[in-house]
Parts: sequence; C-alpha cells; structure tokens
Amino acid sequence: MQALGIDVLLKGNNFIRLIDGLCTALRISLVSVIFSIVFGIVFGIVMTYKNTVISVVSRVYLEIVRIMPQMVLLFIVFFGTTRMFGLNLDAELASIIVFTFWGTAEMGDLVRGAVSNIPKHQYESSYALGLNKAQTYFYIVIPQTLRRLIPLSINLVTRMIKTTSLVMMIGVVEALKVTQQIIEANRMTAPNAAFGLYLTVFILYFLACWPISLLASYLEKKWSA
Amino acid sequence: MADKLLTIEHLKKSYGDNLILKDFNLTVNRGEVVVIIGPSGCGKSTLLRCINGLEEIQGGEIKLYGEKIDRNKKNIAEIRQKIGMVFQSYELFPHKTVLQNIILAPIKVQKRSKSDVIKEAEYLLEKVGLSDKRDVYPRQLSGGQKQRVAIVRALCMHPEIMLFDEVTAALDPEMVREVLDTILELAKQGRTMIVVTHEMSFARAVSDRVLFLDKGEIIEEDIPERIFDNPKTERARRFFNTFEYDAVKNHTDTLNRKV
Repeated sequence: MQALGIDVLLKGNNFIRLIDGLCTALRISLVSVIFSIVFGIVFGIVMTYKNTVISVVSRVYLEIVRIMPQMVLLFIVFFGTTRMFGLNLDAELASIIVFTFWGTAEMGDLVRGAVSNIPKHQYESSYALGLNKAQTYFYIVIPQTLRRLIPLSINLVTRMIKTTSLVMMIGVVEALKVTQQIIEANRMTAPNAAFGLYLTVFILYFLACWPISLLASYLEKKWSA
Repeated sequence: MADKLLTIEHLKKSYGDNLILKDFNLTVNRGEVVVIIGPSGCGKSTLLRCINGLEEIQGGEIKLYGEKIDRNKKNIAEIRQKIGMVFQSYELFPHKTVLQNIILAPIKVQKRSKSDVIKEAEYLLEKVGLSDKRDVYPRQLSGGQKQRVAIVRALCMHPEIMLFDEVTAALDPEMVREVLDTILELAKQGRTMIVVTHEMSFARAVSDRVLFLDKGEIIEEDIPERIFDNPKTERARRFFNTFEYDAVKNHTDTLNRKV
C-alpha cells in the first residue's frame, strides 16, 4: 500500500501549523456566532412586531442571505469594499462580518419562530397569576424560547464552522489553506500526501463539530416537552 | 349581610361587529358559588376572561371590592393576584416542575418566603393527592393531574375569587371526577367561585346560584333546584333536554314496540 503521506505532517512544525489553521477557523466561527446570537435575538424579536416596514425589510434581508452564496458575500466585503470605499479590511475581519451578516439572519429567523411558537395561553396564564409583562417574559417566555432555540442554534454553529473553509478564498490562512501549503511544499518528496492530509483535515473538522452535534441532540431530547 | 365581592355593571364586550356580551350585570357575594351554563358561543368564557382583564371591554364596569378592573391600568397585575383562574387547557409552564409551577408567582410576585410557600404548596398537593408528583414535569402528568396542579397553583396565591373555565372539557371521562371533587371540596370551604361548566350534575351539586346564558344575555337565573327541575323559560328547558337521554331512549322503546 502506498504511504498516505501523513508523515509529512510530522516534518518541522507542520502539524502545529495545521492546528493553528483550525483554531483560526474556530475563532472566526466563535466570534461570528456570538455576534449572530446577540444581533439575531434582537432581529428575531423585532420581526415578531407586526409592522409592514419591518416585515418588508427583514424579508429582503433574509432572502438576500438565503439566495446569495457566502463566497460572493465574502468577495463583495473583502475585495469590493477596498475598491469602492478604499477600506483595507483584514481578511479575518471581513470573514467575521460576512459570517455575522449571515448568522444574524438565520438566528433571527430561529428566534422569531421560537417566540411566535409560544402559545398565547402561556402568556395569559402567567398574567392570570399576577405576573406583569416583564416578569412574564423573564420567567415564562424567554426560558421556553431558549429551550427551543439552543438545539437549533447549535446546528447553525456547526454549519458556520464548516463553512469557514471558504475563507481561504480571501486569503485567511485556516486549516484548509495550511493543508494546501503543506501539500505544495512537499510535492516532490511526498506526491501522495494530498489524500492523507485532506483526510486529516476531515477528521479534525469532524472532531470539532461532532461534540457540538451531540450536545444539540442531547439538549433536544432533554428539553422536548 | 351580603358582602359584595364582585360587581359587573352594564358590561359590553364585542369582537369587531360581533357582540358577545350586551349590558351584562352580575353581583357575586363573598362565599358564593355561581355556575354559568349555556350553549357554546354564548359568552361564558369571554365573561371570565373579561373579569380577569384578559379581554378589552367596550363598555360597563367590573369591580372587585370596589376596585375597577381595567387591563390597561398599572394595578392590573395586583388585582389579578386576587383572582385565581383555571383554564380549560391547564396551561402549566412546561419548563418548570410541578412545585416550581406552583411557587413561582407567590415568591416572585407576592415576595413571600420560599420555605413558607413550599410548605403550603406541599400541603395543597397532598390534599389533591399529588404529593408524589412534586418534582415531575407537566408532560409526565395526565390531564386530570395537570388540572389539579393548575388549581393548586391558583390557590397558592390566596385569591379572593376563583374562576373555572370549562376545566373538565378537555379531560377523559374518568379524569373528570377527580377534578370536580377538588372543586367541590373548595366550595365546601366557602370559597367564592364562578364556574363555567357543561357538567350538569356537578353544577347542581356545587352551585348556590345558576345562570343560564344565551347569546350574551342571562336568560334565567335561579337556585340550582329550581332552574334544573323547573326552568321558567322555553330556551333553558330545550337546553337541559339536550342532556337528557331518556327522551331518546323512550323514543326507541316506542319504535321497538311498534315492530
């Protein structure tokens, strides 16, 4: 059997560079996820107001995110803004902006769904017990919304992590980019390294996302009412 | 020495053009159990929801001990504490255990001491036979159990008046009894209650006064013995007849005899 070329990883600090790349990917997704959750909750609650302007604007926003490939968004923000506004955005910052733009839309949609899924009677029985509006939201509506929301938003997190592999297209040195560099550098000595290295990347992504998926399904089971 | 607890004067309630209650008047004295019966859509449930300020009203006044109930006023949450309401669909909070459901409002709204409230909750749970369900979640309970928890939850706020909105309508027949027994027990303790129900024999047993409602108006109002046995109006008589199956049986008997 031909060598998979994994030994290339042990040369120099190749493996550390690869892990470093993975950390960059995880950092981009983590920061974007945090912003997406904060903005998404606000956006989602705003969407539950029945206002024509709000619903038209949010509709357009959601559709843009849904239709536009993330790669196009990345190119617009990274290359487009440089030409148009003379902004010299750091590639990682550009990635975070795009991922937050995307995540806020998806998160907002999830929040809207979760909030409007709370039956009217839950509010009423809370009011009937003498709780005021703020108490009703704090003790009844928000805890139930979060329970519905957390498993769903964890799925969004894993999708974000795997989509970070696109950011190498604007020059962010993340796991996939590092792998390419290692393969290129060792083309002569280990021509078969591609398979082994991409396999390693696959395993690394799997190890990063699988526990998150497990957590999501665990919480879903635990909180299913 | 009638002690007026709740007074409703000229209450008007409509949804758009649909007039549900027109010029509705009712006085409930302390310790009185008023049962409201009537065909569906007659405004019984709407009436209870108005009393609790869950509905906007279009006219008239509802007063609890002389204090006006207005859902847009700041003190509405305070007044609602004095009104216990139990809904047809239980509406326990699914993310809280039985005990947490019961103690939430007394602790957070009335700021009572946690240990006192827990003691009271445990006492009340025992009285309805649910001591062992203290720490389970509502989804693990049967409908009848949920409804008894909902009653305990309302009681724990020490309300002046209890409103029951068709509390057995969503229950399996064999669970109706356990819930009605609980309400009957409360009536014996001298609690003030307004009960909307379709259970005629229960209505007879529990009530001091029965109102028969149709199309948003009180058609007949009397003590249970008279209204059930000798309804004065044709409308009430027809309504009670729908609960009598003897008529149908007699009819089949005559058919059989003919054959």
